[in-house]
This record gives sequence, structure tokens and C-alpha cells, in this order.
Amino acid sequence: MESAPIEIGKALAEQLPPLTANAAAVEADRCLYCYDAPCTHACPTHIDIPRFIKKIASHNLRGSAETIFASNLLGATCARVCPVQELCEGACVLGADHKPIAIGRLQRFAMDYAHEHRSFPSVKAAATGRSIAVIGAGPAGLSCAGQLAMLGHAVTIFEKRAMAGGLSTYGIIALREPVEIALEEARMIEGLGVEIKTGIEFGKDVLLAQLQQDFDAVVLSIGLGNTPCLGIEGEEAIIDGLEFIESSKTAAATMSVGRNVLVIGAGNTAVDCATIAKRLGAERVTMVYRRTDREMSCYEHEYDFARKEGIEFRFLSQPSRVLLENGKLVGLECLRVELGTRDGSGRPSPVAVAGSEFMLPADQIVKAVGQERAALALLLGLDTNKGFIAVDNGFQTSTAGVYAIGDCIRAKGAASTVMAVQDGKLAAAAIHQQLAQRAEMAEVS
Amino acid sequence: MADLRINFAGIKSPNPFWLASAPPTNTGAQIHKAFEAGWGGAVWKTIGAPVLNVSNRYGAWHYGRQRMLAINNVELISDRPIEINLREIAEVKRAWPDRAVIVSAMVDSKPEAWREIVERIEDTGADGIELNYGCPHGMSERGMGSAVGQVPEYCERITRWVMEAATIPVIMKLTPNITNIVLPARAGVAAGANALSLINTINSIVGVDLDTLELTPSIGGKGGHGGYAGPAVKPIALNMLAQLGKDEIVSQSGIPISGMGGIANWQDAAQFLLLGASSLQVCTAVMHYGFRIIEDLCDGLSNWMDEKGFKTIADVSGRSLHRVSDFKNFDLSFRAVARIDAEKCIKCNLCYVACNDTAHQCIDLVSPEGALVAPLTYDVRSNGKVEAIETRPQPQVREEDCVGCRLCYNVCPVDNCIEMVEVPSGREAVTWSELSERQPQVTEDWETMKAYRERVGIHIH
Repeated sequence: MESAPIEIGKALAEQLPPLTANAAAVEADRCLYCYDAPCTHACPTHIDIPRFIKKIASHNLRGSAETIFASNLLGATCARVCPVQELCEGACVLGADHKPIAIGRLQRFAMDYAHEHRSFPSVKAAATGRSIAVIGAGPAGLSCAGQLAMLGHAVTIFEKRAMAGGLSTYGIIALREPVEIALEEARMIEGLGVEIKTGIEFGKDVLLAQLQQDFDAVVLSIGLGNTPCLGIEGEEAIIDGLEFIESSKTAAATMSVGRNVLVIGAGNTAVDCATIAKRLGAERVTMVYRRTDREMSCYEHEYDFARKEGIEFRFLSQPSRVLLENGKLVGLECLRVELGTRDGSGRPSPVAVAGSEFMLPADQIVKAVGQERAALALLLGLDTNKGFIAVDNGFQTSTAGVYAIGDCIRAKGAASTVMAVQDGKLAAAAIHQQLAQRAEMAEVS
Repeated sequence: MADLRINFAGIKSPNPFWLASAPPTNTGAQIHKAFEAGWGGAVWKTIGAPVLNVSNRYGAWHYGRQRMLAINNVELISDRPIEINLREIAEVKRAWPDRAVIVSAMVDSKPEAWREIVERIEDTGADGIELNYGCPHGMSERGMGSAVGQVPEYCERITRWVMEAATIPVIMKLTPNITNIVLPARAGVAAGANALSLINTINSIVGVDLDTLELTPSIGGKGGHGGYAGPAVKPIALNMLAQLGKDEIVSQSGIPISGMGGIANWQDAAQFLLLGASSLQVCTAVMHYGFRIIEDLCDGLSNWMDEKGFKTIADVSGRSLHRVSDFKNFDLSFRAVARIDAEKCIKCNLCYVACNDTAHQCIDLVSPEGALVAPLTYDVRSNGKVEAIETRPQPQVREEDCVGCRLCYNVCPVDNCIEMVEVPSGREAVTWSELSERQPQVTEDWETMKAYRERVGIHIH
């Protein structure tokens, strides 16, 4: 039986519709306008949330957007991708015995207004004559570049991909953030005078030594690497999760999706991959994970969402071999797992039971088991911390004048867009201060 | 079950709730519908002098999500031919003998005009007449409405003309657009009115449209003051009602008062009764939600009366009047302080900012470890709900410094979270009146006041 063709636009449409003006006003009026509000504390970028919400209530949308931009230049992305249940909304005082304010959706409402009316931040500072190179046009890089530009510095971003935006463009599924939002945000940063040079790979087309000569400071916001190897037989037949998501964002119409898809992993990206496979026509999507639902690294709301999407789960299963027949993928052999003592991550360590092999049939396997730490750090001779680039309190690496921000330094805590944005903002302030100090010292001498 | 029936100056109705003279009582059909819904009576929309109305008659003040916290209108008295009104009044009264049908009237300030309208109303079989001395717009420009109500002598003269002609009860309705509400009320008493009613609408401009810069509502580009009514005016009405209840001449005359001005639910109604009303009129709430609200007005009032042990409306009427006093009679030694229930507190800190910015700086923020902390002092790198919630300080009242202003109690969004607790002041009870009698110097001279405060132990921060 031929199933109806999938309408990709519909299948991958943003999950939450924008709030109507009336719904936004009702929700904004519900906000108590807490003083020294916990939502603002919980937000990694500390957006003055009650203030921007009250400005929605008073129909001052321009002011509302300005309030958000003052703390977070990537408010449009964060409004969509932030795990608000764990951040602002999770801290809302109304949450205890009522429903927290829909802060994420209100922020999106204000950001939609800003982007629709091109009501963007502008550069008010005089040019400092200083120039800064930023490597990578992901959230951390864009945030840092935008902040530096607003402080009067000349900023150039070098980006190896064809489009700016980093994971916002390539790695967040369209259900949560359409490509256009990320690109529009990058254009807004360009509007501040930042030059974004795409298609230029750091370490190949442009070298650190050269940048150190040509710029007053260099900021590395290079993110993380590929999905690590599972080290199992037939792994070359497995699709990389980030590449799978990237295809869904840039070439959804032509990407190949199996009928019976297995996703290895249980983090944010794994849930995203499973969602995409399901939405793009897979009859059966199963997430395969070594531990149980108690240890999954995806958020609870993501797990709930996945179950609602009809995604199945195989816990306590460790992939051991990809099964091929005549070069065609037919399944995944797994070993049953028992949970042992707690490991370094604080979770019980999975112990594969010898001889417990079983087979999961599949015609497509996607792996989403995290990202490798940037190998660049070692190549560049930078100090590292648990494999991540080590930085001081002002985001400076072991090499003076070279800074690092975003996922590539996230040795502690979960990597997230909003943390990257905050890194960019704080690093920009630190760099600005250090450049000013350098100028003062130069004058004195 | 409480008996809600009233006999108001001889006008009987099955419950104390009457529709006020206004758009809801414009036609017989509307009043039939209202009576079917359960309204005890209706004051027919004012009939009298010929008028023409305009479009865009109502403006409103919305606050937050609450629509029509108040309404403002430039509608005049009934523009329907007077014969039709009179005929429908007669029909309604015939159909509803147990309900109160009162007719509001307003004519030129001439004795023959008033005599004629009184006679025509009495011919309908109506139960009473209400004299509209209140409309603040339009009619007042023609020497009627509040142009009468604002001059006690006019009120008295016209009411006398009416009393000479009338054989059914006459209610004189007062305008609040006057400095001292007692004076027109006394004029009504002097003229022999059978009852008073208050308040009519208040002069108001409801707003300016920020796109067109025209007034709201705009009548072809122009606007002007209109009559203000609805929940927002209730405190003004309650005060005026209480003033009449406390006035010797008015209260000793024994004439009943029909209270109105912002009654939207049974709690409002009970408050009007407690301050001396013995019949109640409602308009804006009906214009907002329809006649159906009568059900809970009666049901809620009746349940509350049962709970309190009140058997009749007369048991309730004026029950709180003895509590109405003047500042000079308040006990200066009475002391209350705010106390925050940490269990109920959601830590919105609205009490904290209100107290510290605008009151007496006696609420502290206390960290979970018990240390005093300043607001907005967390590290810029701190984030996440767990950190935000677990480190969130608790507002706490420094009772020794609390003056008991009650601002925090009023801003707190959680019911029963902040309580005003009576605490012993350690001082002998004394009123300003007693103080100025016994120690006049204390009330006249700052140095003596200082010495007095030190002596009795009053500390002002």
C-alpha cells in the first residue's frame, strides 16, 4: 500500500505557532512583575524578563525587544531552543501551584516583532580602531562579535561552513528553529558592522599565527567535533546524527529516510534525529540506549515529546555490530546491558552481558552519542581541561590574546545555545576591558 | 434561608436588587427579560424632556485583563417617544405586580413640567418615581440633571413641587459631582422626599486615543466629559453613602437610601447594605455580563446572610455604620505589624520592593542560610532553575520597624500570605481628639510633640 507523500513543509513546521497578539497580551498581564525575579536569575544571559514582559503588556514591543537584546543578541534563537522548563520558566514563582508564564513564547513574540520591523540594536560607540577575529559563526561567535561591534571594535568572523549560524542553522531541527531564523539573526549581527566570511576553514585557509598578527585579539568559538566512533563492525553504514539533522534542514526533500530507523543515543540530538526520522516518513523509529530512561541526558520534556511522537525505546542495549546483507543494512546486533556501579558521570556504568546478543532489524541507523572534543586545542598548543579548551575567568586561553567561548570550553555543565551566548557577551566585555587596559599602558609608556 | 424581600419607602420587591435607570432599562422588552431572570425591580431609564443621542456613547477604562473596570457615557435620557415609554411601563407593571417598577424622570425646571410628568407616571401604575438630578453631561447643559443636583436649593425647590403632586413614593437621586454630598441630601429631607438614592455617575474623561489623539469615545472627532460608573467608583459611592448615614439630619429623618455605584457582585452588595443602603441598584455589571448575574447576586448574598445569621435585609442594613468614624477618633496607640507566612510566600518580592522603595524600609531579604542579603547580587555566571530557586531569599518583616502601613499586605498576590497582626504598643489608648483636648500643646508645637513622643515611647524612623 502506497502511503500518502509527506508534505515536508508541514512535517517539519515549527512545533509551536507564534502567539497571537491577544494571547501574548493575556499571558503578559498574568506575569506578576516579580522584583529581582527568579526567571531572570535562572536565565544564563539574565534577560530582565519581567521588564520585557511588562513592555509587551503595555504594547511597547520595540522597548520589549530592546530589553531582550540588551542581555542577549540571539534572543530569537534562544526563545525557540532554550530548555525553558529548566531555566526561566522552571523558576517562575507561579509554577508552584499554577502554570508558569510562557516566557519563551513571549520572548519569541517580541523577537518576531523586532525582526519583522527591523528594530535591531545599533552601534553607538565610536570606532576604537581595534580589530578582532572570531572563529566560527555559531551562537557564541555571533554573540561575541555583535557585542564587540557594539563596543566600537572592527570584527571579522571566519566560518568554514557555507552559512552562518552554526548549530542554530545546521544542528537544531526545523521543528524548533527554522533555518531562516538563524540566518536572519546572523544578518542582524552583520548589520552591526561585523564581517562574516563563510567558506573559510580555520587551520587550513587561515592560520592562527597570521590572525594573531593581523588582529588585536582572536576568539575561538569552534564548537565541538563529530560524533565519536562506536568502534563496532560495519560502523561506516551508520549515519552521523548531526549530518542527519543538517540534511533535514538544508535538503529535506532529497534526504533518505529509512522505513525502520534506529537511533543510537538518548541525548537532545538523539531525540531530534528520531523526531526527524518519524516526521519524514519512517514507519518505526527506535532509540537504542545503553542505560535506562532514568539516566537519559535529554530533558524530561524531550522524552515526553518523543513518546508522543510515537518513538519507541530499547533501553539497556549496547550496539555490537551492524548487520549487512549483500552490502545492504538489515539490522543492529546488540548486547544486553546490566547497570553496574556509578561511573565518573555519576550514572551507573553499563556492563554488557557476554553472549546476550540479540538483533534489532533496521534499514537505517543513526548515531547521536555526543560530540568529540575539539582536536584543534592540542594542534594549537592550547592548554586543555578534560579535553576542552582551558580558559581563565576572562575567557583567555593559555595563549595571551587568544580567547575561547562556547561548547569548546564547556568542561562543566551542559552545552547549550544560551550558555554560548552568555560566554560571547562576557568574553566581549573582558576583551574590551583588556584592550582598553593595553591602550592605557601604551599611553603611559 | 435569608429573607431578601424589602419594603423600601413603601416600594416592595422580592429582593433588594433593582436595575438602575440606564440603558438596561430602556424598553419594556428588556425589563420583562430582566424580571424573568429574577431582578427584584427596575428603575426605568429616565423619561422627560425631548432629546437626541449621538454615536460612540460609551468609553471604558480597562485595567490589565479586566475589561470595563469602569464605563463612561455620554448617552442622554431616553430618546424614545414618551408615550411609548409610558405605555410599556404600564404593561410591565401589570405583568409583574410583585416587582418594583420605578420611573426615573427629568424635565425642565418648571413646576408645571414636573407636575405633568408626575401625573403621567402615576397613571401607569408605577410603584415610585426617582428624580434624576444627576446626569453630568448634556442634560446639565440645559439646566437639568446635575445642574440641579449640584445646587441644594434647586434640589429642595423641585422636590417640593414633585411632593405636592405625587401620591406614590419619591426617591431623590444624588449626584456625586459635589463637594459635600450631605447638603443635597438634607435638601431632599427638607423637601419631604420619601427616599434618597446615590450615586449617579461621576464627571470623567476616560482617555485619549494615542493614534488619533482624539478623546475616547470620539464623536466625529470631538469628545467631552461623560458619566463614570462601574467597579472603579465603588469606594467613592461607599464613602458618600456612609456620609449620609453618619449625618444626623439625614439619618434621623429615617428616610431609606438606595445604594448604587459599582456593585458587581454580592460582596459589593453586602457592603452597600452594611453602610446603610436598604435597596441596591446595578447597571455597569449588567451592561458587561447581562441580566443573568442576578442569580449569584441573590444566591451569594443569601448564603452570606445565612452564614452570618442575618435573617432579613433590615438586619444587615447599616450594621457597619457605627464603625465609620473620623481620624480624630482613631486610637493612636493601636499597633499592627505585617507578618509574612513563609510557607505561603512565593517569593515574588513585590512586598520587598514596595516597602523598600515607597514605604518604611522594614522588609529584609533573608537567604536560605539565614543571612541578610541585598537583591540583584547573584553572580552573572549563576543560572538554571535549581540555583535560582534554591538561593532565592525570603522576604521577612523587621517587626520592630514596621509601622503597620499595610502596603505589603495590599500588593501581595497570594491570598492570606501576609497578615496584619495586632501587637501591644505598650501605650495607653488615646485619640487625637483626646490628645488635643488634654494636651493641646502637643498637637500644636513640634518641640512639645517631640517631648511627648519620647515620654510615651513613639519612635519614628
